[in-house]
Amino acid sequence: MDKIVCTCGNVNPAGTLLCESCGRPLNKETAEKKLVDMRYEGSARRSQTYNKTIIDKVWNFFSSVKVGVWLIVLILVAASIGTILPQVFYVPATTEEDIAAYYERIYGTFGTLYYKLGLSDLYSSWWFQGLIGMLGISLIIASLDRVIPLYKSLKKQKTKRHFSFLKRQRIYGIGNIENGEESIKKAEEKLKTMRYNVKREGNALLAERGRFSRWGPYINHLGLILFLFGVMLRALPGFYVDETMWLREGETLYIPKTEGYFLESKEFIYETYSKEESEEVFGDAIDRVGTIAKNYQTNVVLHKGPEGAVAGHLDDLTFEKEAAIQVNKPLKFDNFSVFQMDFRLDELASMTFQLQDKETAESFGEFTINLADPKPVYELSEDAKVEILDYYADFTGFEDGVPQSQSPLPNNPAFLVKMYTPEFPKGETSFVMIKETLEPLGENQHKLAFQSVETRDVSGLTVRKDLTLPILMLGGVIFMIGVAQGSYWNHRRIWIQQLEDGQVVVAAHTNKNWLSIKKDMDAVSEVANLPKYEDQQDEDSKAEKEEGV
Amino acid sequence: MVEVSSTLLFIAFVAYLVATFLFGGAVKSSSSKASKSYERWGKLAITVTIIGFLSNIGYFITRWIAAGHAPVSNLFEFTTAFGMLVVGAFILIYFIYRITALGLFALPIAIIIIGYASMFPKEITPLIPALKSYWLTVHVITAALGEAILAISAVAGLIYLLKNIDMTKKSKQRFWIEAVMFVVVLVLGFIVATTSFTLAGYKAEFNYVNKEEQVLKMEYHMPPIFGMNESEAITENRMQPLMEMPPLVNAKKLTIVTWSVIFGTILYILLRLILRKRIAAVLQPFTKKANSQFMDEIGYRSVLIGFPVFTLGALIFAMIWAHEAWSRFWGWDPKEVWALITWLFYAAFLHLRLSKGWEGKKSAWLALIGFIIIMFNLVAVNLIIAGLHSYA
Repeated sequence: MDKIVCTCGNVNPAGTLLCESCGRPLNKETAEKKLVDMRYEGSARRSQTYNKTIIDKVWNFFSSVKVGVWLIVLILVAASIGTILPQVFYVPATTEEDIAAYYERIYGTFGTLYYKLGLSDLYSSWWFQGLIGMLGISLIIASLDRVIPLYKSLKKQKTKRHFSFLKRQRIYGIGNIENGEESIKKAEEKLKTMRYNVKREGNALLAERGRFSRWGPYINHLGLILFLFGVMLRALPGFYVDETMWLREGETLYIPKTEGYFLESKEFIYETYSKEESEEVFGDAIDRVGTIAKNYQTNVVLHKGPEGAVAGHLDDLTFEKEAAIQVNKPLKFDNFSVFQMDFRLDELASMTFQLQDKETAESFGEFTINLADPKPVYELSEDAKVEILDYYADFTGFEDGVPQSQSPLPNNPAFLVKMYTPEFPKGETSFVMIKETLEPLGENQHKLAFQSVETRDVSGLTVRKDLTLPILMLGGVIFMIGVAQGSYWNHRRIWIQQLEDGQVVVAAHTNKNWLSIKKDMDAVSEVANLPKYEDQQDEDSKAEKEEGV
Repeated sequence: MVEVSSTLLFIAFVAYLVATFLFGGAVKSSSSKASKSYERWGKLAITVTIIGFLSNIGYFITRWIAAGHAPVSNLFEFTTAFGMLVVGAFILIYFIYRITALGLFALPIAIIIIGYASMFPKEITPLIPALKSYWLTVHVITAALGEAILAISAVAGLIYLLKNIDMTKKSKQRFWIEAVMFVVVLVLGFIVATTSFTLAGYKAEFNYVNKEEQVLKMEYHMPPIFGMNESEAITENRMQPLMEMPPLVNAKKLTIVTWSVIFGTILYILLRLILRKRIAAVLQPFTKKANSQFMDEIGYRSVLIGFPVFTLGALIFAMIWAHEAWSRFWGWDPKEVWALITWLFYAAFLHLRLSKGWEGKKSAWLALIGFIIIMFNLVAVNLIIAGLHSYA
C-alpha cells in the first residue's frame, strides 16, 4: 500500500487516520465523525491496515482487544469451574483409581462426572494452559501493534494543528477574543506554572504533560509477558525442584536433588496455646475452638557430604549450620529452601522386650529393637539369644497364613522370632505383636514380655528450589511500575491557537480523568482571556444548561 | 483494651448511621447545588463520617495492641477492616470530587458490611503457625484496601444506574437493579435472623455422621430446617430438622442461609408494602443531583486507583507470602483462584472501557458485578468452598 501525503506535506505511513503532524483527517470516514478517536492518535496500526496473508490474519486476530477480552473471560470462567470441587492435588489419594473412587464416594455422580471431564485437574489441562498461552501471545502482539505507531505519532506531532483536528476534540471552544496574542502569552505563563511542557509555533500553543503515562499499559504488559515466560522456564530441567521428605528425630537423611546436603533432625516441637499464658485475651477463643496450634518446628543440623556423596553414606559429613525450621521460616541454603509442612507425632521408634520363662517369670535379659533397623540377632547371655526371623513394620493380618505389612512405617510392628535358651538350644518360634503373641509351632515355655516403647516425632518437609523466582519478581515489579504509571498519571494536552481570521480556538485531550483537565482549563481561563470551552460528550450538563438549572 | 476496642467500633458504627442521614439531608435539601443549606448538611455529614472513621481506626489500633497482631486474622476482623477501609476509600474519593450522594450510598454499604462482620465470633484468636508472619499485616491490609477502593466504583455505578434507569417502564435493567436491592435486603435478613435467634438464646446440639463416616457434634443456633447427615438430637425439647441432608452438604450453613432468605424476603415484602414502590424507585430521587458523568468518572477512577493496589496486595504480596509459608507462590487454592478471577475481571473492565468504549451504564453494571465477585470471594469462598484460607 502507498504512503499518504497530507496537505501539510507530511508523509504518513499507509493506514494513518489522522496526519501525524497536523492532525487533519486523512480519509472520508474519519472526516465525517463529529469527534476524533484519539486512543492511538489515529496512527497506522498494522492490524488495521493489512489483511491479506495468513500472517496478517493471525496478527489481526491476536492484536484485537476483543479477542483479548474474550480470552480473559474464558480463563476467568474456566478458573472458577475449577473451584467447585477440590482439585486432585488437595485430595488425600495418590493412585488414579483411588482418586476416582474418592470423587465418587464423596461427591457422588457429580464428582465422577467432574473427574471424568478432567475438571479435577483443570489447571494443568492442555486447554487451560493453551488459553493462557494464547493470552500471552495476545499480550505481545496487541502491544506491538499499538505501541510502535503510537510512539512515532506522538513524537512527530506538531505544535500547530489543523482546525479540523481541534474542532473534533471532546473539549473544544472557539470565539473572538480581543488581544488574542496576549491571551495566549498569559496562558503560556500559567500553563508553565502548572508543570505543563509548553511549546509555541507562531500563534499556536501546545501544552503537554504526563506523556509517559501513555506507555504504562505497554510496560505492564511487558511485565506480564516476563512473568509468563518465567513460569514457562520451570519446565526446563535444573530450574525447579519440588520434593518432600519425612525426617525422624535423630535421623540424618540426604536432601533430595541437592549436591550432597544432608539434614539431621534434632527435635520436632509442637506447641499449642495454653489458657494460662493468655487467659485475658485469648481465653474465649480457646474455650470455643479447643486447642489452637502455636508452633510447628523442627530443629535441624545441615551437613554437607564430600564430593559425590550419595544417600545412605553418612561418613565424612561436615557441619554446615544449625537451624530451626518453622512455618513461615524455611531453612535456606544454596538456592534451596526447606519448609516445615507436616508432621506425625509419636511414631514408634524402638521396643524393649524381656525374654522370660512363662511360669516362673525368670528373666534371661532385656533387649531393645530399633524399629527402623532391627538387628538379625540379639545376644542376651552366653546361652540365651533372640533371633529376628522376619519383621513386619505395619502388620495388617494374615493372608493365606502369610503375615502382611502394608507399609515400611512402624505403625503396628510384628516380629517372627526364635528364642534360644539353655533348655531349648534349638529355639522356640513365636510371632510377637503389640499386646498379643501367637505360637505357630505349638506351645512355648518362654515368651518375649513387652517392657516399654520409645517414640519419636516425624517432620514432613518440603524441599524446593525455584530459579525462576527472580524473573517472576522482576515481571511483577515491571507490571506494577507500568500499571501505576498508566493509572496514577495521565497524558493531558491543551491546544490554543489563533486562526487566520483572528478567532481563538481552545481544545484539550486527556487519555483519562476529564474532570482534572477541565479544572486545568478553568485555571488557565482565570488569568487568560480565552473562549468558553464545551465538553462535547457531557449529556447531563448540556441538559442542565438547557433546563437552566 | 478489648472493651475499649469494642466501644470504639460501636461509636464508629453509630457515627456512620448518623452520617448517612446527614448525607441524605444534604442530598434532599433545597434544590440548588450552591445553596448554603446543602453545604452545611454536607460539611456536617463528612465531619461525622471522619469522626466515625477515626473511632474505627481507634478500634483497629487498640485491638491490634491487645492481640499483639494486626486484627485481620479471622472473618470478623477481616470483614470489619474491609468495612472500615470502604469508608476510608470513600473519604479519599470525597475529597477529590466532593460528591455528597456518594456518601449516602457508600456509608450504608459499609454499615451492612460491618453489621455482617459482627455476626461472626468476635473473640480475639491467637495466630496459628501459618499466619505468624508480618506478611499477614502487609498482604491482608493491602488487599482489603484495594478491594475497598474497587467497592467505591460499585457505589458510583449503583448511583449511576439508579439515576439513569427508567423506573416507569418495564425493562431488564429495571429488573436487575431491583434484584441487586433484593440481595442487599437479604444480607439485612441474615443480620436480623442471626440477631433474633441470638437474643432468643436458641441452641440445639446434634450428633451426625460426616463424609468420612465419623460421628461428630454440631451446634445449631437457629432452628434446624435442614439436618446434618443421620443427625440425632442431643438437646431435648427442640425442633427436629424438617429434612435431612447428605453428608456432603453442611446443613447448618444451609439452615442459616434459608433463615436469612426467609427473613430477608419478609423484610423485602414489608418494605414494598410500606413504600408501595420498588426500592430502586424509592432511592432514585436521592440520585437526582448526582451528575452522571461525574459518577461514571468516579467509577472509572476508583477502578484505576484500586486495581494496582489490589494487584499488589492480593496477588504479588500474596505470592511472596505463599512462597514463604506454603513453599509455593501459587497453588490454585480457591481463595487464590478467586483473587485471580477478580483481577482478570477488572482487567477486562479496563480493556472494555479503554478500547471498546464501554462507558455509562455498561461500565456501571461491570463495576457492580466486580463488587459481587469481591463479596463472593469474601463470603462464599470462606463459608462454602473450604480451602487453605478458611480460618474463621
